[in-house]
Order: sequence, then structure tokens, then C-alpha cells
Amino acid sequence: MSGTSLEIRAISGHAGPVPGAGLKREFEVCKLIDTTTCIGCKACEVACLEWNGYSFSETVFNNSYQTMPETAWNYWNLIKFNEYEDKDHGLMLLMRKDQCMHCEDPGCLEACPADGAIVQYVNGIVDFQQEHCIGCGYCMSGCPFNIPKFSPEARKVFKCTLCVDRVSAGLEPACIKSCPTGCLHFGTKEDMKFIAENRAKQLRTQSGFADAGVYDPSGVAGTHVIYVLHDAKNPERYGGLPANPSIPWTVKLWKHPLKWLGNIAMIGGVLGVAIHYLRFGPKVVKEDEENPEQGGKR
Amino acid sequence: MSDEPVVLPNGRLLRYSFHERLIHWLAAISYVYLMLTGLAFWSPWLFWIAVVLGGGTISRELHPWVGLVFVLSTVLMYRMWAVQMKEMPEDKAWWQATSHYIRNEDGLVPAADRFNPGQKLLFWGFFWCGILLLLSGLILWFPNWIPWHLHFLRLIAVIVHPAAALLTIGLFIIHVYMGAVLEEGALGAIARGYVSRAWAKEHHRVWYDQIVKGASARK
Repeated sequence: MSGTSLEIRAISGHAGPVPGAGLKREFEVCKLIDTTTCIGCKACEVACLEWNGYSFSETVFNNSYQTMPETAWNYWNLIKFNEYEDKDHGLMLLMRKDQCMHCEDPGCLEACPADGAIVQYVNGIVDFQQEHCIGCGYCMSGCPFNIPKFSPEARKVFKCTLCVDRVSAGLEPACIKSCPTGCLHFGTKEDMKFIAENRAKQLRTQSGFADAGVYDPSGVAGTHVIYVLHDAKNPERYGGLPANPSIPWTVKLWKHPLKWLGNIAMIGGVLGVAIHYLRFGPKVVKEDEENPEQGGKR
Repeated sequence: MSDEPVVLPNGRLLRYSFHERLIHWLAAISYVYLMLTGLAFWSPWLFWIAVVLGGGTISRELHPWVGLVFVLSTVLMYRMWAVQMKEMPEDKAWWQATSHYIRNEDGLVPAADRFNPGQKLLFWGFFWCGILLLLSGLILWFPNWIPWHLHFLRLIAVIVHPAAALLTIGLFIIHVYMGAVLEEGALGAIARGYVSRAWAKEHHRVWYDQIVKGASARK
């Protein structure tokens, strides 16, 4: 993770192999968010805006601590506040830092038609390259987490980069650096999984959260942002975190069977009419020259 | 049909009026642009088409607007041709003779009216696929307008748009082949408007008979 350049694993809308694939080995990076020690201070929201150069957006008051309903194209990091009445623990204020999950199997990249607009690095970061983005918004259909957001001004799509610029320079993401409680961790996927599982075990055995667990959904082959949840069986309580996220089946159907069926049908159609012409030739009309003015013989 | 005389002074027959030709080519040009830019977004191997046509961003911006032009031309075609494109009970016999039609044994194919059943299929195929493309296209046009709780609309649109487009490409391949290559005189008809009497008699006998009857009644 502390290389001077990032090795690319996958490129959206790209014909042919990924240049330089398999050149070197890199660690897979991971962000760990322990929702059980988050205090909802929003320091990560501020740090994200500061590092990425966005000014504060107008916030919305909806009788909770929620800054705005969902992330925006210029607001990539948002804590979701949800109240939940637990029968063992009473009223709980569930706080989850929402941002791009950096899926191992990214739906945005799968759906994107523009060559090079989305790249996935070998370290697991999924990054949008706005100079190649054509603004079609297909990534928004492919994402199961509602993360990519369209900017009407730029007419391009933006999302959390996992601070790829910092990570590639050997620094931790801005949100991690700002967290005062240490609920945010950053490191290799292996290490973060280890810490997360230990914390979940601690919650189960010492804090009375029998269903505590780690959120690293297998439907997208795991994510490079993982959560520790008090109740891993009900992630929806944490501001709509999907229980079983995966690339939407219509996107898969479109990108795989329909694409092959369509390609075969189009090539077959062109070949078919060409062969028809070679076999049967044109439909020639024998001109009736006898009496064209009168409409010919019947 | 328009007020233009059907039997032209040169003895030829007016097959398509200026109005019909204009709308046909409006549809044709807009469709070809839509198909090319659509194919560019369909496969990475064809993305170069978007580059040739001004770049991916411009293609993405113009594709929906040209789509509206195509929809407009489709509506106009519906207005002028829907009645003549109505499927008739006698079309069944024509479809049963398609093997003869394919083998260019046109003598064994039932006489066709102004539009033969194959042309009707083309028309209605483009019409209904055009509606699907319009509805799904509107959803895809404005990605930031669809809220997350209506996300399923985007997921439907993502599969409906290419599927309907593929059907039209199939129709398009056959249409261009038949119009420009297979049937001599057909391209001239949609470009210049007129056909020879023999052509009309060969391909659209019912239509031809009506014209001759009408022309002699006027005399």
C-alpha cells in the first residue's frame, strides 16, 4: 500500500487485457469502521471535505443528527444516524459512516461503458477517473450501495476515492486520520479482518451483543471497507446497509448473456443477409416496355 | 396519401410523397446515429465509434436528444402510415409463403398491398421498440433524478434499453439489406419517390391495381 505508483487490476469499458497486470505484488488495503465506538462527531465528514477540496454543502435538519439524507457528489463521507429500540440494550443510536465500500467485485466498474473511467487497483481501491467519465450514470445503476453521485455542473460522477492520493503516498485516508475515538482503522485487509473479528468476539462475549459481527459482504466478493456491527444479522438498521449486496442481476444479464447473444445475433444478421445475396441474388423486376403509359398488360 | 398525383407525367408511379420521404430519412439518419453511439456504449471493442463521433461525452450528451428526434419521426410515421400498416387476415397467407419470398420466387407469393406484411412487421417492430427505448431512455437520461427508492426503474431500464435496441438492429439489418441491396428500385423509391409500373405490379400488386383503377376513373 505504500508504493509510489498503483498497479491496476481492472479497467471499465476496456477492450483487451489490463496493461502491466501482475507486475508486482501489493497489499490489499482496507478501512475498518467500528460502529460500536463511533460517537457521531462527524470529524471524518469534515476531514473528507477538507482533503478533497470541497466546501460545506447546505445541511438539512430532519429532527436527528443527520447532516443530509445521503452522500452527494461533493460530500462523499456521511454518518448515518438511526435510532433503534433494542430489547436488551434499550434505545440505541446507531451511527454508521457511509461512503464507498470499494467492492472486490465492483458493480460500478461492471456497468461502466467508458474506457478507463473506473479503475480498480490491485490494492482494492476502486477509483473514478473523471477525465474519462462520459457522465452516463450507469455506475449508479451498478452500485448496490447508492454511492456514485452525478454532478449536474460537471456532468460527471464522483465518489469516495479511499484517498487514493494519500494511500499511494503511504498515508492513511483523511477520515481515518481525523477520528478521535479510534473507531476507524486502516491497514491491510488481512490485519483489519483480524482486528474486526476480535472486536466482534469481544462484543459477543463481554458486552452482551450476541449477534455482533463483521460486515464484509460476500455478494460483492468482500469489500475494502468493513464494519463491526452490534447486530450483524440486521445491517439494514444502520441506515439502509444492504444485508446481501450484489451487482444487480439486470446489470449482469445485460453485460454477459445479452451481450453475447446480441453480438452473435448482429454478426449473424450481417453474415446472413450477405449469404442470402450470394445465394439468391437481387429481386429483379422485368420492365414491361410494351406500353408503359397504359400500365402494362394484366 | 397526399394530394400529389400518383401517376406521374413520365408514366411512373409515385410510391412515396415528399412528406413521406422526408420523415423516413429523418428517422433513418437519427436512427443510424443512435445505433452507432449506442453500439459504442454497448461494447468496449466498439467504443472507438464514440471517439470518431466527437468523443464519449458528446455522444452521451447528444444520444438522448437525437433519440427525441427519432421519437418525433416515429410519431409522424405512425400518423401517416399506421392505417396502411394495419395487419389484415390475408397477411397470413403471405407469411406462409415466406420461404418462396426468401428464395426470390415472388410469383408464388400472394399479392401485397402498399405495404407487404414484412414491411408491416418492420414498422410495428420499430414502433413498439421505439416506445420501450423512449421510456427506458428517459430513465437513463437523468441518472440524478431517480431517487434510491425507485432504483428498480434504473435496473429495468438498463436491460430493456439494450434488448429493445438489439431487436431494432435486427430489423434494421434486414431493412437496409432489402431496401438498398436486395430489391432493385426500392432505394430509388424512398430517395426519389417514384417506381416503375412493372416494379409496382411485381411487388405491390393490390396497391398497383387500386392506382390504375383510380387513374382510369379520373380520366
